[in-house]
Amino acid sequence: MIHMDDTQLLRYSRQILLPQIDISGQQQLCQARVLIIGVGGLGSPVALYLAAAGVGYLTLVDFDQVDLTNLQRQIIYTTDQLNYDKTHAAKEKLHALNPTINIITYNEKLTAETLAMQVKIADLIIDCSDNFVTRFQLNKICVAQRKPLISGAAVGFEGQISVFLLNQTTSPCYHCLYEEAKDTDESCNQTGVIAPLVGIIGSMQATEAIKILLNIGKSLCGKLLILNALTLQWRTLKLNQDPNCPVCGTLSLTC
Amino acid sequence: MTITVKFFASLREEVGHHELQFNIDNSLTIEEIWSKACGKMPLPPHILMAINMQYVDKTALVNIGDEVAFFPPVTGG
Repeated sequence: MIHMDDTQLLRYSRQILLPQIDISGQQQLCQARVLIIGVGGLGSPVALYLAAAGVGYLTLVDFDQVDLTNLQRQIIYTTDQLNYDKTHAAKEKLHALNPTINIITYNEKLTAETLAMQVKIADLIIDCSDNFVTRFQLNKICVAQRKPLISGAAVGFEGQISVFLLNQTTSPCYHCLYEEAKDTDESCNQTGVIAPLVGIIGSMQATEAIKILLNIGKSLCGKLLILNALTLQWRTLKLNQDPNCPVCGTLSLTC
Repeated sequence: MTITVKFFASLREEVGHHELQFNIDNSLTIEEIWSKACGKMPLPPHILMAINMQYVDKTALVNIGDEVAFFPPVTGG
């Protein structure tokens, strides 16, 4: 276990006070490696909260640059960072928030090989992307490597979040939820999104990440939460593993 | 003999209903329920479907008394 100095003990004191975390939990967080795919509306609060909480190694992946239309909801960025590479702009903000953590950035579309390598060295993966192609690709790699995947999505006034504990053979995967088909993405570019909605869903993804890293509480695995922000009503759907799932179904047969 | 069909988010505008109730005589697949409720509009790709809050695929059977729900896909981030 790593040694924490007095300033670190003070920095994290409000979560060290929690008996579920304590000093040993904080030490675990300080050594944890989290891969964040997409640093937009969801990735902003995810990265900020995990950096603030002291997750030791954050890898940020996003190919984009900061655009004026992003600033309405992608709260990690500021106006002076327009046109910066997103991951570099985010790293600057996260280091200003917490200089004690390590941040690795990839401001590019990762090849399948590089993505697989990054999944391999991560303790858990958080999907904050904005398209089905990336979501299916990431899910396949996480299933193959049996890594926990926290998936969030938001558009308009509608948000969804689920957790796939792919290190457990009974967990459903993202493909059990969405069939792969020709892309019909309803993205924020075309349909718009209410700003705090991505904050709600992203903050919940960060909460689930801390719980899973520390193995505390009960995760959302096996459930899909759907939020309608217009009425602030949540629906909880039970989600089972699909035995015929082409991605995770065969894995469960071999276990 | 009644079932309840609920539509969420943007589906409400597309379908023109929030909630429908109608009678069925025997069990139907959820895809057949969609056709009964939405006429010629085909089942959209990636749509999420649930019976009594349990996620199901389009072949799942709907029985009398069930609540059926349809949700649009969400991928934005």
